[in-house]
Amino acid sequence: MLKNILFNRLIEDVMMALTDTPNRSKKIHPHKFLMWMGIGSICMMFAGLTSAYIVKRNQANWEDVQLSPVFMYSTAVIILSSVTMYLSLKAFKARAMQKYKNLISITVVLGLVFAYLQYIGFKGMANHGVLLLGPGSNAAASFLVVIIGLHVLHVLGGVIALLITFFRAFRTKVKSYSPVPIEIVSTYWHFVDILWIYLYIFLYVAR
Amino acid sequence: MSTEIALGAGAGLSTELATEHHEHHEHHQSFITKYVFSTDHKMISKQFLITGIIWAFLGGLMSVLFRLQLGYPDSHFYWLQDVLGKFWVDDGRITPQAYYALVTIHGTVMIFFVLTAGLSGTFANFLIPLQIGARDMASPFMNMLSYWFFLAAGLVMLSSLFVETGPFSGGWVAYAPLSALRDASPGSKSGMDLWLIAMILFVVSSLLGGLNYVATILNMRTKGMSMTRLPLTIWALFFTAVIGILSFPVLFSGFILLIFDRNFGTSFYLSDIFINGVGALPNEGGTAILYQHLFWFLGHPEVYIVLLPAMGMASEIMSINSRKPIFGYMAMIGSLFAICILSFLVWAHHMFVSGLNPFVGSVFVLLTLLIAVPSAIKVFNWLTTLWRGNIRFTPGMLFTIGFVSLFISGGLTGIWLGDSAIDIHLHDTYFVIAHFHLVMGVASMFGMFAGIYHWFPKMYGRYMNNTLAYIHFWITLVGAYLIFWPMHYEGLAGMPRRYYDYSSWESFKQFAELNRFISTVVIITFAAQLLFIFNFFYSIFKGRKVTTKNPWGANTLEWTTPINPGHGNWDGEIPEVHRWAYDYNKDGREFIPQTEPVGADESQH
Ligand code: HEM
Ligand SMILES: [Cu+2]
Repeated sequence: MLKNILFNRLIEDVMMALTDTPNRSKKIHPHKFLMWMGIGSICMMFAGLTSAYIVKRNQANWEDVQLSPVFMYSTAVIILSSVTMYLSLKAFKARAMQKYKNLISITVVLGLVFAYLQYIGFKGMANHGVLLLGPGSNAAASFLVVIIGLHVLHVLGGVIALLITFFRAFRTKVKSYSPVPIEIVSTYWHFVDILWIYLYIFLYVAR
Repeated sequence: MSTEIALGAGAGLSTELATEHHEHHEHHQSFITKYVFSTDHKMISKQFLITGIIWAFLGGLMSVLFRLQLGYPDSHFYWLQDVLGKFWVDDGRITPQAYYALVTIHGTVMIFFVLTAGLSGTFANFLIPLQIGARDMASPFMNMLSYWFFLAAGLVMLSSLFVETGPFSGGWVAYAPLSALRDASPGSKSGMDLWLIAMILFVVSSLLGGLNYVATILNMRTKGMSMTRLPLTIWALFFTAVIGILSFPVLFSGFILLIFDRNFGTSFYLSDIFINGVGALPNEGGTAILYQHLFWFLGHPEVYIVLLPAMGMASEIMSINSRKPIFGYMAMIGSLFAICILSFLVWAHHMFVSGLNPFVGSVFVLLTLLIAVPSAIKVFNWLTTLWRGNIRFTPGMLFTIGFVSLFISGGLTGIWLGDSAIDIHLHDTYFVIAHFHLVMGVASMFGMFAGIYHWFPKMYGRYMNNTLAYIHFWITLVGAYLIFWPMHYEGLAGMPRRYYDYSSWESFKQFAELNRFISTVVIITFAAQLLFIFNFFYSIFKGRKVTTKNPWGANTLEWTTPINPGHGNWDGEIPEVHRWAYDYNKDGREFIPQTEPVGADESQH
C-alpha cells in the first residue's frame, strides 16, 4: 500500500520530467535546473572540506602522505566512463536503442570499476604503512578517506541513477522518448568526473 | 482539473497518457494520499506548520523548565520529578545534566526545527506557487520528501530525549571536543549520535526544500510575472533558499569530520586531551577551531535563513495593511541581496575570542558592521511604509509592527557585539542571549505569527479569533521585552551564559531577584502561546468562515484562487500578471490586483 502510493508519487513527478512543454522550450527544464543547483551544493560541500584541508595543512603535525598510484588508473577509468556516457546519450537521441543499452551498461560497469579501484588504492596505501583511520592516524591521511570516500559515494549514487533511467527507458507500460532524465543523469555523471579530476589535482598539489 | 494537477508543468502530454494518469489519481485520493503522502504544496505547507507548532511547544516547554532552575534555584519541584523522572529532576531540582540537555535541545529545536523548517517550510511551500502563479512546485515529489526527512529528523531528535544517558548537552553549536568524545559527558554518548543523525536528516530536508524553492521561483512563474513584479515575500524566500543551499553543505562537511572523530578515531578536531577517569587520549594535531569555522560558516547564514522569510512577510503584510505601496521596493530587494552576500563573510565574529588573529578579526569587524547598512535600509523602508498609512491593525499587522520593533532593539546590540574589542567583555554573556533572542528568535517568531494570522484564511478558509489574537499579541510583545531586556544588564555585568546556578557567585547574587522575575514572565508568556495554539486548532474547525476571495483587499495572486483551492490552485487558466504587487491607493483606487491590465491613462509607479 505504502509502497504503491510512494511509487505513484514518483511517477507523477517523473511525468513532469517526461513531458517537455512546447511553450517553455526555450527555458531550461525545471528538473535540469534542480540538478544544476544540486551540483552547486555538492560543490559547496567539497569546498568546505578542501578549505578545511588547507587550514589544517598549515598547522603543526601535518604529515606528507603519498597518494597511491592506483588513483591514476581510476582517473583514466572515470574519464573513459564520461566518454561512454556522452556516446550513450547521443545514441538515445538517435533512437539507437541497442547501442544506447550497451553503452550505458559499459558506463555503469566503469563506474563500479572506478569505485573498486579507489578501494584498492586505499588498501595499497594501508599496506605501505599509512595509518588512515583510528588512534594515532594523521589528519593528512584521514582527510583522503573522507574526501575521496565521499566522492565515491557520489559516483555510486550516479550508478544507481543510471540504472533507474536505464530500466525506465525499457518499461513497456509507459513508453517515453524524452531525453530529459538521461540528460540530467549525464550532466551529473560528467560533474562527478570533473569533481574527481579537481580533487585529484588538489590533493596532489596541496599535499 | 485533476489532470492539470498531475501534469504540473507539463501541458503538452498526449491525451492518452493524461487520461490514464487521471484515473490513477482519482483512484487514490484516500485519507492517506490527501493528508499524509500529499504532494500538494498547500498540504505540505500545513504539515510543516503543524509539525513546527508542536516543536515550538516542546522547545518552549524546555525553556520554562530551565528557567525554573535559573529563577528558583532553591526551590524543590517534587511534582515535576513525578512527571519527568529522576534523570531530569532529582530531589525536586532540575539536574545539571538535564539543565544542559534542555538548553541544548531548546536551541537546536527552536533554530532549526521551528524557525527554519517551520517558518521557511510553511511559507515557502504555501506562498511560492500561489504568489508566482504556479500549480505546484518544480518537483512536488522532492517537496514531499523534504517534509518526510524533516519529520524523521524530528522523531530521531525526540527519541534522544528518552535514552538513558540523556540527549546531547553541549550547546546547539555542538562544539568539539564535547561533541566529538563519547566520554566527555553523558550527553556526548548516544544522545549525540542521535543529535547528529537528526541534524543530517534535517540538512537533507532543507536542501531538498531549498533546491525546489529556487527552481520553482526561477522557472515556473506565470505569464507576465517578471522578477521585478514578484512580491517581496517571494524575493525573501528566494534568498533564504539560496543561502541554505550554499551554507548547509558546509555544515554537512563539518559533521562528516565530526562523525569520523567520534567513530573512527581520527584527529580532525582533537588534540592533547585528558579526560578524568579515562586518561590521556592518543589524538594529536587536531584543532577544535576548525569545527568552529565550519559550523559558523553555516551558523551565521543560518540566522539570516531564519530572519529573511520574516522580513519578506513583514514587508508584504505591512504594505497591505497600511494601504500603501511598500517604500523602496528595489531597495528592499537590493538590501536582501546585500544581506545574502554579507552573511557569508562575517562568520568569524562568533570567534573573536577564540584566539583569532586580531588583524583577521578587524577585517571581520568591518564586514560585520557593514550588515548594519542593509538592515538599516530595511528598517527605514518599513517605517516609511507605515508613515501616514491608513493602518488597519489586524493581528497580522500588529505582529509585523512588533517584528520591526524587536528587529531594531536586537539589531542595535549587534553593533556592540560586532566590535571585537567590546566583544571580549560581552562574549558568552547574557548580553549575547539578549541580542540574538530579540533580533532573531522573537523577531522571527513574530514574523511567523504575522504570517499565520494573515494567511490563515487562505490556508483553511476560516479566520482565527481576533480577540484571542490581540491578547496573544500584547502578552507576547510585553513578555518578550520583559524577559530579554534585563538580560542586557546581566550581560554587561559579566554574567556568563550556560551556567547551571549563579547563586554561588558573589558577583551574580545581585541578580537573583531579576532572574526570578524573568522566569515568572517566561511562564506567563508561555501560557499566552497556549492561547495561540488553541486559537489555531479551534479555528481550523470552528473559525468564522471566509466568504470573499480577497478578504484583506490584497493585490497578490493567492487571493484570486477559490476560497478553498484544490490541488492545482486555479480552476481554469492561471491568471496573467500585468503589474507589480504594490498598487495600493493609486489613482484614487484602494487597491489594484496584479491581474488587472495597466489602464491607458494610469500613472506609472
Ligand atoms: C547589525 C547586525 C548584527 C551584528 C553586527 C551582529 C553581531 C553579532 C556578533 C558579533 C555576535 C557574537 C557575539 C558573541 O558570541 O560574542 C552575534 C551573535 C549572534 N547573533 Fe548577531 N548581529 C547582528 C544581527 C543579527 C541578526 C539579524 C541575527 C538573526 C537573525 C543575529 C543572530 C545572532 C545569533 C543567533 C547570535 C548568537 C549565536 C550563539 O552564540 O549562540 N544577529 N551577533
Ligand atoms: Cu553571526
